[in-house]
Amino acid sequence: MLTIETLQSYGANTAEGLARCLNNEAFYLRLVGMALADDGFEKLLSAVKADDRQAAFEAAHGLKGVLGNLALTPLYERASQITELLRAGQEADYVPMAEELIRKRDELTAAAG
Amino acid sequence: MLKSHVRFYSATGKRLVLVADDEPVNRELLTYILQGDFDLLTASNGREVLQLVREHAERLSLVLLDLMMPELDGFRVLESMGAEGLLPRLPVIVITSEKAAEVRSLRLGASDFITKPFELPEVILARVQRTIELSEDRDILQGTERDSLTGLFNKEFFYRYAAQYDRVHDGKAMDAYVLDINHFHLVNEINGKAYGDLVLRRIAEQLRRVVAETGCMAARREGDRFMVYAPHGCLDGETLLAGVMQQLDDINSARIRIRMGIYPEADRSVSVEERFDRAKAASDSLRDNYTRFISIYDRSAYEQQMFAEQLIDEMDTALLHRQFEVWFQPKYDIRGESPRLTSAEALVRWRHPERGMISPGRFIPLFEKNGLIQKLDHYVWREAAAHCARWKAAYGVDIPVSVNVSRIDIFDPDLVPKLLKIVSDAGLTTDDLLLEITESAYAEDSGQIIQAVAALRERGFRIEMDDFGSGYSSLNMLAELPLDILKLDMRFVRALEKDGSGKALRMLELMTDIARFLQVPVIAEGVETKDQLDIMKRLGVDTVQGYYFSKPLPAEEFETLLSS
Repeated sequence: MLTIETLQSYGANTAEGLARCLNNEAFYLRLVGMALADDGFEKLLSAVKADDRQAAFEAAHGLKGVLGNLALTPLYERASQITELLRAGQEADYVPMAEELIRKRDELTAAAG
Repeated sequence: MLKSHVRFYSATGKRLVLVADDEPVNRELLTYILQGDFDLLTASNGREVLQLVREHAERLSLVLLDLMMPELDGFRVLESMGAEGLLPRLPVIVITSEKAAEVRSLRLGASDFITKPFELPEVILARVQRTIELSEDRDILQGTERDSLTGLFNKEFFYRYAAQYDRVHDGKAMDAYVLDINHFHLVNEINGKAYGDLVLRRIAEQLRRVVAETGCMAARREGDRFMVYAPHGCLDGETLLAGVMQQLDDINSARIRIRMGIYPEADRSVSVEERFDRAKAASDSLRDNYTRFISIYDRSAYEQQMFAEQLIDEMDTALLHRQFEVWFQPKYDIRGESPRLTSAEALVRWRHPERGMISPGRFIPLFEKNGLIQKLDHYVWREAAAHCARWKAAYGVDIPVSVNVSRIDIFDPDLVPKLLKIVSDAGLTTDDLLLEITESAYAEDSGQIIQAVAALRERGFRIEMDDFGSGYSSLNMLAELPLDILKLDMRFVRALEKDGSGKALRMLELMTDIARFLQVPVIAEGVETKDQLDIMKRLGVDTVQGYYFSKPLPAEEFETLLSS
């Protein structure tokens, strides 16, 4: 089960995330659950695999916004990095980066049980 | 949710806000933050946003718009809203994480932005509320500072902005223009209000164009009057008027005429209102002029008009404080061996507490024009009757008094009972009050006059036709007129002064002949010399008045004359 403690030990800034949810824990946790189930992660991975930079940017940008709002720091930082690199049009190893983002998400999903 | 805003929102009801974000988490978050204070709609792509905005345009107070959305992104949504005229009435707050996007969205008409990750809920809430408040305030302000029909400033704001302009441009010479449509009420009446409104809008359209080109300002003052305030020399009256008339070209079946008053280099020491009043006075001077359409403010004409308006304003007070005095001009019967004081003419004087004695020539024509003369006439009638009664009681003499009956009195259906009441209140009879009606009234309203005069004579009043010879009565009409006494216009007597050819004398002979033919007595006014008196005697004039015997006298002096 997903708890504030789980999120804290995961590295999320729960104080910030909770503040955005008017300190309603249940609401916050529900949104985190929704974020973990977001299909943006998979869209991002398939887009970078297909080297569709525009689709990849849109997916990463969307994830970045959601993860930032919920202050899921470890995921937010990775999504931000990918977004900014794509925005700048830089060459990078996007596939492993996307895979790392998904692995990090799965880690939290597993911790949540 | 936030106490400081409770009052504003509860007073006017919940506003409807549209939350547009393609990420469900973000939508849920914003919904959660705003739902306590707002009714909400949500959209997950640009197409939905446009659809909802069109559907709820009337009720929506604000759109929270994510820029990155599938199908139609936020920029395109803003563009469409701008093109459809939905902005800026419906404010949009853009949700973005990019600085560059902020500038672009503001340029497209967004009111504000919030960044991602979101700031604290209180900040978002406050920003939404503030934006709505500002937008509503601006709506109200525009509603009050603009005339709803033409979109020009209304008079109050125009004056305020003009004064503001003056403060900023110290010492700059300015011109005040006033434009009026001649007889606009008739245009409205004949062609309908919709047409009248179209005319007003067309004029406003042209003025707005001029304003945009020259940087002056324009307003609709009231009804059919427009005002323009411009730096001196920046506009040319002829061109301005021609431009406005051109706007009416294709709809001007009613042959509308516009007149314009200009107060150039308006005096900065008087208020803006006063400056436009002067331009208006210039325009009003053209009201019935069908050949000239532009008039420049003329100081002396304006001062005369102001003086006239002040007199009109002060009339009631003057009546109340008995500033009007009734003086008496003695009338002498010259038929016998020695002239006898037999009657008097009541004349009015205005003893003004500040202006001193005001000549009747300055206020009577004014009061005749606007009908106030009726009040003054009634006052004089009562005063004259009271004095006449006093003389009877104090000196045992019957001195009938002539009073003026103005044209407007003739049209009063209660004239007869009013006069009868005055006479009986004073304890007099209809023999004691002689009624003077000017000949020009006879000529112009003959049917009405004949009726009224007949009614008065039936009750015993005697009628003097005043200023006889000045009013162009036709000879055959004269024969039918009901009247008791003819009073020669004083210009005929005056003409005797320089009567080399003897024409003036011949004229007097003719008129006394007419009186004899009508079998009525004749009174001559303005007799000033012994020679004139002798001529009157010779012509068979019955009664004379004038400086030869006495100038008009205040009541006390007239009484002294009676008692001697």
